[in-house]
Amino acid sequence: MELVVFVLSAAMILVGAVGVIVRSNPVHAALSLILTLFGVAVMFVAQNAHFLAAVQVIVYAGAIVVLFLFVIMLLGVDRSEDLSTEPFKVQRPLAAIVGLGLVGLVVAAVVSSRDAITARGDGLNVADAIGDGDTNIKQLARSVFGDYVVAFEVTSVLLVVAVVGTVLLTRRVKSSGKDS
Amino acid sequence: MHAVLGLDPLAIGDLIWAPLLIILLKVIVIFALGLLVTMFMVWFERKAIAGMGNRIGPNKAGPWGLLQTLADGIKLFFKEDLLPDRADRFVFKLAPYLAFVPAFLVWSVIPLGGDFSGGKDGLVEWFGHTTRVQLADPPVGILLFMALSAVAVYGIMLAGWSSGSKYPLLGSVRASAQMVSYEAALGLSIATVLLLSGTLSTSGIVGNQDGITNWHVVSTGVVPFIIFMLAATAEMNRPPFDLVEAEQELVGGFNTEYSSIRFGLFFLAEFMNTVTMSGIIVTLFFGGPRGLFDIPVIPGAIEGTIWFIAKVLVFLYVYVWMRATLPRMRYDQLMDLGWKILIPASLGWFMLMAVLQLGRDEGWNRGVVGVISGVVIAVCAALMSAAVRTSRANRDREGAMF
Repeated sequence: MELVVFVLSAAMILVGAVGVIVRSNPVHAALSLILTLFGVAVMFVAQNAHFLAAVQVIVYAGAIVVLFLFVIMLLGVDRSEDLSTEPFKVQRPLAAIVGLGLVGLVVAAVVSSRDAITARGDGLNVADAIGDGDTNIKQLARSVFGDYVVAFEVTSVLLVVAVVGTVLLTRRVKSSGKDS
Repeated sequence: MHAVLGLDPLAIGDLIWAPLLIILLKVIVIFALGLLVTMFMVWFERKAIAGMGNRIGPNKAGPWGLLQTLADGIKLFFKEDLLPDRADRFVFKLAPYLAFVPAFLVWSVIPLGGDFSGGKDGLVEWFGHTTRVQLADPPVGILLFMALSAVAVYGIMLAGWSSGSKYPLLGSVRASAQMVSYEAALGLSIATVLLLSGTLSTSGIVGNQDGITNWHVVSTGVVPFIIFMLAATAEMNRPPFDLVEAEQELVGGFNTEYSSIRFGLFFLAEFMNTVTMSGIIVTLFFGGPRGLFDIPVIPGAIEGTIWFIAKVLVFLYVYVWMRATLPRMRYDQLMDLGWKILIPASLGWFMLMAVLQLGRDEGWNRGVVGVISGVVIAVCAALMSAAVRTSRANRDREGAMF
């Protein structure tokens, strides 16, 4: 059962990820991204992390990709792009090297810590053992708002700073004399 | 495993035929009920609006025109299915389903009935098996509703874009901006409810509202309910927030290029959203299937459903009433209401409820807590209105941005 779910959602994730790169139409690429995000959400559910799955769909699929699509539509860049031309020559070989390096690192990490992963396999799995679905969320809340509250607050300040900065940068103050 | 899939208590233990059949029956009944209710909702809306506008309304098909929607549906099925030349074929065909399926799935987490009296927790006995009158009761229940309403945005957005024409695109851009803006206020007012119920599961939320003083509309102090109601209306694109399809300006909005049953699916999704949203409001704020008093003769298991239907009907009427009464808002008014009033108000109220809850838990002096939070809220409101006034003054000085 778990294997079937894993294979299906992994296929979703991979098809989506390849689609993001290969599709020439930006809107189609964004839709492929949604497929990937849903695949990850399914993975979360399979790992008993329901809250993360729901938040994944609400925040990533529901807000962030909507924003992407919004920008694509408003800027009118929704025409198909020619993928064969390359405006920035070093980009592709560099991307290949970085990608291979990343895969190598992940493989190395998994191989070297294989025992550790199986040993503490029930990270968020306590909910099912106790039989209370809410425990999952309570646990998450305890660690976010208890143990790591400083990091959490600093992150939120960072986000607010980013928003304020964006607003300030895009704001053009029209002075009466000059034409900007 | 049952916690993973959010199945009901039936599925614990070995799956034998009887429970499986009951679950299957529930799926079919809820699906059929969903379609049927939507059908009558369309009729109800047309009839009620006709009455308010001093007209007769549908009266030809069936008694009192009850079968009008069925006739319209059959007609839609047999109409020609147009595909615009400049449309993006795949996305154009996909979009109606993206709008329709989430609208339907919300049904599965709403408690449609059940016996909540005497600590029975909404469980009923059917053919010797204990179950809920609700398709699924996942631990993240109400978040599932949020997730589905987030997915529903794509239906409208992609429909407008894939039509390859200007007016649908304008309609869909308006729609997505509107839905994304109001989702924040919607979520914050749900959070206030969750603060009191202490659980995300929909049956748990209903279980928490024992007696009318514990209905969340009372115990959260009405404000979150009003915010939720307004935000939900905007989220569903119903009047007075129906800029999405603003007939007079956009030739029908995002679904201009749609015809036949694909148009029918959008139409169905819109009305089904009205029904499910009323169901969610009842679940969150009005005790779901919990009754005001015990109806004699009728057994408890059916009584819940009767109460639920009665409450939902009230909200359906309110939505129709609003449509018949209120004029459409301007786009800037819509955005002002969402960002400058509803979101700050719901956030402030959420903080207030959190402080009161904390004060109750820690045994603080209620008067002191009230005074301090009142002062803090007043200062925040003053700052907020000062900021809004300054920005308006700046805008007036510099001229319009667009």
